[in-house]
Amino acid sequence: MSETIAPTATHGAAVLSARSTKLPDVKLMMWVFLASDCMFFGTLIGTYLVYNGRSLVGPGPLDVLDIPLTTVSTFVLLMSSFLMVLALHSLRQNDISKFRLWTFGVAFFGAIFLGFQIYEFRHFVELGMTLQGNLFGTTFYVLTGTHGVHVTIGVLWLLSILVHSYIHPWTSKDEVYLEVAGLYWHFVDIVWIVIFTVVYLVEFV
Amino acid sequence: MQVRRRLRRSLALAVLPPLAACDFGGPQSVLDPQGPIAQAQQDLFLWTYYLSWPVMILVVAVIAYSMWKFRAKSVEDAKALPHQTHGHTTLEIAWTLIPVVLVILVAVPTVRTLFATESTIAASQYTDDDVVIRATGYQWWFKFDYGDGVVTSSEMHIPVGRRVIVELDAADVLHSFWVPNLAGKRDMIPNQANQVWFSADRPGVFYGQCAELCLGAHAYMRFRVIASEEEDYRAWLASFRDAGATVQTVQADPQIERGRQLVAQKGCIACHTIDGYYADGTPVGGSEFPNLTNFGLRLTVATSMLDATPENVARWIRYPDAVKPGNRMPTLWTGDDPNAEEEVAAITAYLLSLGRDSGAATATLGETHGNR
Amino acid sequence: MAIGKVGGADYEPHGAGGDALLQRPAGYAGIASWLTTVDHKRLGILYILTSFMFMGFASIEAFLIRLQLLSPNNTLLSPDVYNQMFTMHGVTMVFLAIMPLGIGFANYMVPLQIGARDLAFPRLNAFGYWAYLAGGLFLYTSFFLGGAPDVGWFAYAPLTSLSNNPGLGTDFYMIGLFVGGIGTLVTAMNLIVTIVNMRAPGMTMMRVPVFTWLMLVTSFLIIFAFPPLTIALFQVIMDRSFGTLFYVPEAGAMPILWQHLFWIFGHPEVYIIILPAFGVISEIIPTFSRKPLFGYPVIILSGIFIGFMGFAVWTHHMFTTGLGPVVNTAFALTSFVIGIPTGVKVFNWLGTMWGGKIVFTTSMLYAVAFLVTFTLGGVTGIMLAVPPFDAQAQDSYFVVAHFHFVMGGGALLSFFAALFYWFPKMTGRMISERLGKISFWLLVPGFYVIFFPQHFLGLMGMPRRTQTYVEGIGLEIWNQVSTFGTFIMGAGMLLLAFAVLSAFRNGRPAGNDPWDGRTLEWSTTSPPPYYDFDRQPVVNDRDAHWVQKYPESVHGERVPESASLPYDAGGIHIPGASWYPFLAAVAMLPMSYGLLYNNWWVLGISLLGIVLATYGWALEGVGGKHIHIDHGGADHGRHREETDA
Ligand code: HEA
Ligand code: HEA
Ligand code: HEC
Ligand code: CUA
Ligand SMILES: [Cu+2]
Repeated sequence: MSETIAPTATHGAAVLSARSTKLPDVKLMMWVFLASDCMFFGTLIGTYLVYNGRSLVGPGPLDVLDIPLTTVSTFVLLMSSFLMVLALHSLRQNDISKFRLWTFGVAFFGAIFLGFQIYEFRHFVELGMTLQGNLFGTTFYVLTGTHGVHVTIGVLWLLSILVHSYIHPWTSKDEVYLEVAGLYWHFVDIVWIVIFTVVYLVEFV
Repeated sequence: MQVRRRLRRSLALAVLPPLAACDFGGPQSVLDPQGPIAQAQQDLFLWTYYLSWPVMILVVAVIAYSMWKFRAKSVEDAKALPHQTHGHTTLEIAWTLIPVVLVILVAVPTVRTLFATESTIAASQYTDDDVVIRATGYQWWFKFDYGDGVVTSSEMHIPVGRRVIVELDAADVLHSFWVPNLAGKRDMIPNQANQVWFSADRPGVFYGQCAELCLGAHAYMRFRVIASEEEDYRAWLASFRDAGATVQTVQADPQIERGRQLVAQKGCIACHTIDGYYADGTPVGGSEFPNLTNFGLRLTVATSMLDATPENVARWIRYPDAVKPGNRMPTLWTGDDPNAEEEVAAITAYLLSLGRDSGAATATLGETHGNR
Repeated sequence: MAIGKVGGADYEPHGAGGDALLQRPAGYAGIASWLTTVDHKRLGILYILTSFMFMGFASIEAFLIRLQLLSPNNTLLSPDVYNQMFTMHGVTMVFLAIMPLGIGFANYMVPLQIGARDLAFPRLNAFGYWAYLAGGLFLYTSFFLGGAPDVGWFAYAPLTSLSNNPGLGTDFYMIGLFVGGIGTLVTAMNLIVTIVNMRAPGMTMMRVPVFTWLMLVTSFLIIFAFPPLTIALFQVIMDRSFGTLFYVPEAGAMPILWQHLFWIFGHPEVYIIILPAFGVISEIIPTFSRKPLFGYPVIILSGIFIGFMGFAVWTHHMFTTGLGPVVNTAFALTSFVIGIPTGVKVFNWLGTMWGGKIVFTTSMLYAVAFLVTFTLGGVTGIMLAVPPFDAQAQDSYFVVAHFHFVMGGGALLSFFAALFYWFPKMTGRMISERLGKISFWLLVPGFYVIFFPQHFLGLMGMPRRTQTYVEGIGLEIWNQVSTFGTFIMGAGMLLLAFAVLSAFRNGRPAGNDPWDGRTLEWSTTSPPPYYDFDRQPVVNDRDAHWVQKYPESVHGERVPESASLPYDAGGIHIPGASWYPFLAAVAMLPMSYGLLYNNWWVLGISLLGIVLATYGWALEGVGGKHIHIDHGGADHGRHREETDA
């Protein structure tokens, strides 16, 4: 006898009891991915630090970095993590409209952060700091740019969830999928704190 | 001393009987140390080598014994299951300790030799007795700068017994400075000040080779270290210092004189420096090309690929790319140039005359040359 | 026999309806079914076959290298071509042959060994394979597009900078490894989740078979080691395509940074290569000694320890770069320390053989050859870890000898052992023992003839990566011996290939458990049905299958048939085949060429394609279906031939 089954979400939940750790695979996967991603950022930050102060020509960090501005964008990103918590909470409560609202909020805040970053990059280029100009430019743009790509992916992901929640109405059963996106988002957020500290703040102490 | 060393080397490598007959020494051998650094490195190798014997014997013996003793004699035999042991704590602790002991036995002399041979000598610690040479790797040759405007390529002269400190630099990509008879290698890295130091116990000619892939003619990027007695070394150095003044602008020999003019006509001195080429001291050449001053004192040509006989020098000048594929010296005569032979001969004669009149140095070098 | 309607024709995956954008192929035949397969067994076989294909390429390159070195001043290969040969040989052997071989065996065996239906993310697994293939093929097209990379397998900066190396070879290296590396990364993540989360009921971590255990450690090494490499590759790609300055000395960059990043990856990489081999050996020696693995916990713990230490020794590849005596001391000591857990492993394998009833199959012969050869290579590794001696040996043939002993003699021989061991399980047929043994007696002695003399060459001052060597200082003879050995070993390789290929057709039927094995993979049929197990295995001991057969011998208890439940209520879940992983991976090919030729349109469109494929992938869902197996009838055997109803 053969039989077809409903795909995806419900299935994932159904087999949980058969999992050795009783944790959903996707969640474990995200943790494993994040562990790996730590090394990605670790390498980029390491490169930045190694080359810090080795540029032969200007401009250097002190010439371009604008702490107050970036503090604001950092704050926006932090707040988005807060909204992420709310979104997850609402989904768990099966409060779908709130869940959609907060999820949109996270993506929106993420987009604002990206807007800041684009502005910042353009501004820096105007100040004469380019990707090819000196080691500072090279390492700075690649590091923060990679982070920006992470944020972009996060924003797209959250928006996709939002759209999907209309097509395949989401319920609290789908919680794990939002949770996974949330893990990713929080991680990207934390990485930014590290970058902000290492690249921006330390420069000024 | 020599004999004992050789004996030891042969014994040490008596892995298979036929190998005992082989001599693993030679001008580029790690097992033919000619100075304290290489000696210490070889001693450490032999120590680990001896230690590895018991390990290998143990492992192979246990395997051989098991294969013989515990082989299943037949299908029936295999079916009768052996005792299903899962482990044995005491044994396992014991054989954790074996490697621990071995590691300690290796580590102690290693660290001691390491600090004794590899410690960086700060410029402030250089003594007057040290010979300091700045070596730069180019694709694909070595430049040696002794200071005071004395610059050579592909051949490095050192006095016996004195500490030689070589400061290493690279002009383009990575290279590595390696003279197995005298010392292990040290890489030449752009933007990084590296250093290696050693000394030679006796006069001789030792082979050096670039040991870091630098593409193109990497395999041919060789050099010689020529260790000579103190007075010979001084004479050699003096002849270079004086080169600017001593080289005659008008040579007695017409062929040499023609060669002298040709190196300017053919453009050699656009690249190569020859001290004293112009009587008024106008410099020629560029520092990123081999310096040909006192070329007549050279033992070898073409980054030590060939002995510096007139034929070889001529061959190099005429067909550099055939002698050393991939190198960056242009071929200056077209294939059918009728004058090529005569011109090359003249240039060769001129180059080989450079520095020859500084007497003493060449004579003794001729002797040590056989001593490889 | 009564098994439900599970034949190919009945296979009707979910989502095959008209609404799906791309039809998910049904059935198990035809090219499409291979391109879209998500079955770990099929992917495992694809991995293994592909690895052997690349190994063939790399062997030909090795052969040319050896022919060139037959005599000094040989002109068979120009320096340029020679550089391409050893670079591609090294890159291929390491990234495209040996490492994927381990992953291939893991793909096939890990789910079977832990009683899981598949990997946790079957489609991701497919993606991993296709990305590996895409990266490999991309790399090999370099031969036709202006020249292969020629900078050595570790591609030291600044040799790779645009000014020093204007050709495309370096771009091929950087982009090819980048793409292939992504495949490896996701597969490792997949394996971790699988092993951590999908073990059969009762299989605690300390009951997991050693091969699977060491694959877990390997996978962790991969997820931590590949990112530094990936970033380093990315940096060079940026340098060459976008003019950044990461490795441009003129701008103040430090070439040494690349070396650090590469070896932070590179040393773990050699353990990524050897740990699966250790795992294989830890399965084979007990099976053919007919005894449990001696000191299982110690083998596992030492494996974990080696994994950790693997990240703490990378600088031993840089002893000659002038990092100073303090750094060299530190890394020499950590390198020595790795010898301790490795030694413990070796001794435990010896302990396993001791007192056993050793059956000398070809597989066991290769395992024994592994023991001796690896130990020898390990011991020379310890010598190299002595920095003063390394100063003499680094970049000489002594190093070449060392790493061929550990990689060729270690990893390669153990994978041959694995091939003989698991081939019957994978195909249901035996490889001829007679041919196998002849190939063994050619291959292994040949190996020694090639590589043992290379120790002498190194000590006599022959640097590696040189297409010629100095005449008259004694190097000729040993080079000739070494080259001569390739013919012997080559003959062995060819014979082995013949034995394997002919076994596909003519091999004796294997039966389910030809070696009287110990672990779960031997409890299902050979080859396993596409659903792997007809019941969910339940485990109450290490050596789960052995206990079922000989419970008294290990004071164990058989798991009663009633305990090994049929799969959970829904039946056995068979995930649906999918085009998207394949498409996403294949889109990386135009992406790579776009990057290579700085054609931003091609690059952009393929990136868009990858994004779209990812969406398709996410939206189509796991799909598939559940099947039920009828366990009726008197036959309660666990291994039932699949017969179509
Ligand atoms: C499978 C791959 C593999 C493995 C397992 C190893 C294992 C080891 N390797 Fe090797 N190594 C390579 C692959 C590998 N290596 C490669 C590819 C290179 C060259 C890269 C390149 O330059 O292209 C290299 C190069 C390399 C170097 C750099 C050489 C140089 O370029 O100058 C060093 C230096 O320390 C080194 C050391 C070691 C050590 C200490 C081990 C140890 O893990 C070995 C431990 C094992 C044993 C010691 C044997 C068993 C132990 C006992 C029986 C117990 C008793 C013994 C003692 C404690 C002494 N290796
Ligand atoms: C797992 C890894 C692995 C394996 C299995 C091998 C296998 C072999 N390797 Fe390789 N090798 C590397 C990894 C590996 N290698 C790496 C990483 C490098 C460093 C690259 C670098 O420096 O960047 C290297 C470098 C390297 C060099 C040094 C090149 C140099 O520095 O200049 C040499 C030279 O002898 C060599 C030879 C061989 C040979 C003969 C085999 C053989 O064991 C392979 C088996 C194949 C054959 C034996 C030939 C097959 C022959 C035929 C198919 C025809 C036979 C014909 C008849 C019988 C008539 N290898
Ligand atoms: C464009 C620059 C250039 C010109 C012109 C040139 N050379 Fe060279 N020469 C080189 C370079 C570069 C090398 C080093 C090649 C190598 O070994 O890789 C070299 C090496 C040599 C050497 C060998 C040096 C050694 O260390 O062994 C000799 C001798 C030599 N040149 C002579 C000449 C003569 C004579 C001429 C003119 C007929 C000439 N060169 C013209 C660039 C030049
Ligand atoms: Cu310079 Cu190799
Ligand atoms: Cu290593």
